[in-house]
Amino acid sequence: MGMCSVNARSLEHPGRHLGEEKWGEKVLKEKYGKEIEEILSRYPVKRSALIPLLYLAQREHGYITEAAMTEIAGLLKLTPPQVYETATFYTMLNLKKVGTHHIQVCKSLMCALVGSDTVIGWIKTKLGIAPGETTADGLFTLTAVECLAACGTAPMMQINDDYYERLTEEKVDKILVDLRTAGTSPLKSGPYMWPESTR
Amino acid sequence: MPKYELVLLKNMMQPGYTGSLADYEKTGGYHALRNTLGKIAPTDVTTTVMKSGLRGRGGAGFPTGVKWGFLPKDYQGPRYLCCNADESEPGTFKDRQLMERDPHQLLEGIVLAGYAIGAQSAYIYIRGEMVLGSKILERAIGEARAAGYIGKNILGTGITVDVWVHRGAGAYICGEETALLESLEGKRGLPRVKPPFPATHGLYNKPTVVNNVETLANLPHILSRGPEWFASIGSPPKSTGTRVFCVSGHVKRPGNYELPMGVTIRELVFEHAGGMRSDKPLKAFIPGGASAPFLTPDHLDVKLDFESVAAAGSMLGSGGVTVMEEGTSMVWAALRLMEFFYHESCGKCSPCREGSSWLVQTMRRIMAKRGQMQDLETLTDLCKNIAGRTVCAFGDAEVSPIMSTLKHWRHEYVTLIHEAEAANLIRPESVGTRH
Repeated sequence: MGMCSVNARSLEHPGRHLGEEKWGEKVLKEKYGKEIEEILSRYPVKRSALIPLLYLAQREHGYITEAAMTEIAGLLKLTPPQVYETATFYTMLNLKKVGTHHIQVCKSLMCALVGSDTVIGWIKTKLGIAPGETTADGLFTLTAVECLAACGTAPMMQINDDYYERLTEEKVDKILVDLRTAGTSPLKSGPYMWPESTR
Repeated sequence: MPKYELVLLKNMMQPGYTGSLADYEKTGGYHALRNTLGKIAPTDVTTTVMKSGLRGRGGAGFPTGVKWGFLPKDYQGPRYLCCNADESEPGTFKDRQLMERDPHQLLEGIVLAGYAIGAQSAYIYIRGEMVLGSKILERAIGEARAAGYIGKNILGTGITVDVWVHRGAGAYICGEETALLESLEGKRGLPRVKPPFPATHGLYNKPTVVNNVETLANLPHILSRGPEWFASIGSPPKSTGTRVFCVSGHVKRPGNYELPMGVTIRELVFEHAGGMRSDKPLKAFIPGGASAPFLTPDHLDVKLDFESVAAAGSMLGSGGVTVMEEGTSMVWAALRLMEFFYHESCGKCSPCREGSSWLVQTMRRIMAKRGQMQDLETLTDLCKNIAGRTVCAFGDAEVSPIMSTLKHWRHEYVTLIHEAEAANLIRPESVGTRH
């Protein structure tokens, strides 16, 4: 099985081979050159660095722009469609802008049994947005997502990189206020341990 | 006094244990690695693991040593080890705790497995959402590399096992081992047709072993205390060792409980997880993650080992036990899981891709009291045409909530349909919306 499925014809076609030279887009390379090198050094085949580089692009812009995908294609000697086909498969890779704080509430059965629909309802009311929407100030996006592997501490949500678990209305209020005022909340989870000390 | 000896959760349950290298070494950490690398032949390590009876903790329960034994003996090129940390099975949250609280236990297991199979590179494929876990693992890898436990020439033995963390990006299917490999190669996570199996054609088409976090974390203990010790725990000979059972749903104390395999579900739920959260009795439970068929209170005395749960018509799977109290609608519960599977179907095989959409629409219709009796036949028919007709086990998994609830609680479906008929609400289905 080939590492990359570019056939010879697509490489020869003048419009298909979008190398870095041709596009002159080097935003990521100039800014994160060393980090990119380190990422590439982990893998014997370049394409494996694709998701890590897409994360890098997302960190830079908040979402993955077409220009970034084109630059990454050049860095990995892939075609832009190869980058696009991977980028569109994974739910954590945002292809359009999301709010500063991306609230993702788990709605799978285990959370739903203990009230995740209620949690989504609270947030809807408090922020005035439905799942899939962003507040007018661009601060919050609300998404209802499938299982985040924290069923023992349900109901729970993830906001950007952090988990918030065993949610109550009071806790949700405090988290939203914290994020609005300080950009971060001390209520986020540390290393997981539950139950803490029942033995 | 705890009723059972803890193995995997032992360190982290000690007060003040941080999971740092220093803490781990104090508890005897990396002794197994010191006593194995360069001292015991890799094939003997594999034999030891076979003798222990260790079976995969990710869901399928395949014997770990046997899996390793499938690697070609005379192959000279690179081999790879992948740690499956893409914990995504609804109801399962054990690997997260193992990684975040005791990362070195996992790393020691990874190096031991890498040594046994001759892999110089190991990738921990961690689900993308677990950002904290990936940071903790990266820090621990840094510590272990500096101390000479990971990397080139480990402890001067000349053996190389390097370890990297690779974050997924949100796709349940990447927990399926060949989809994981595709994803690790930078592609869409679509499962591969097997055979060939990863043992011969895995990552980059090279011999590869994919093992779950909990499976690998058991290795240091098996190698320091011996396979006989491990095989004496649980329900020998086929289900040896402990399991970290994840309890969720309507119980007083949801969480992770490490118990020998073979304890009953009754004991897990009512002794360890504190019983039901209210005075409502238990109505249903799932014994091994969302892919495992629902069981009833009649099954509370089933032993939690691979064979017993299978004999009861479900599967031990990932060890995620979800408990539901009286009053929970089983049609609703099955629909919730069906929505999960619909969202997560990778789209490779038509029966699963199209079938999941059809199933979820039919279930929504019944739940919204717009169903008809013939919908029940449609559901059964669809399920039969999905299960066993897909490249990976996802197809079998996605039909289990509906099939098992139809089996045990068919009357709930019928009631909803009768209510629909009574209210004369049946009307042609409106144009469905996909999410």
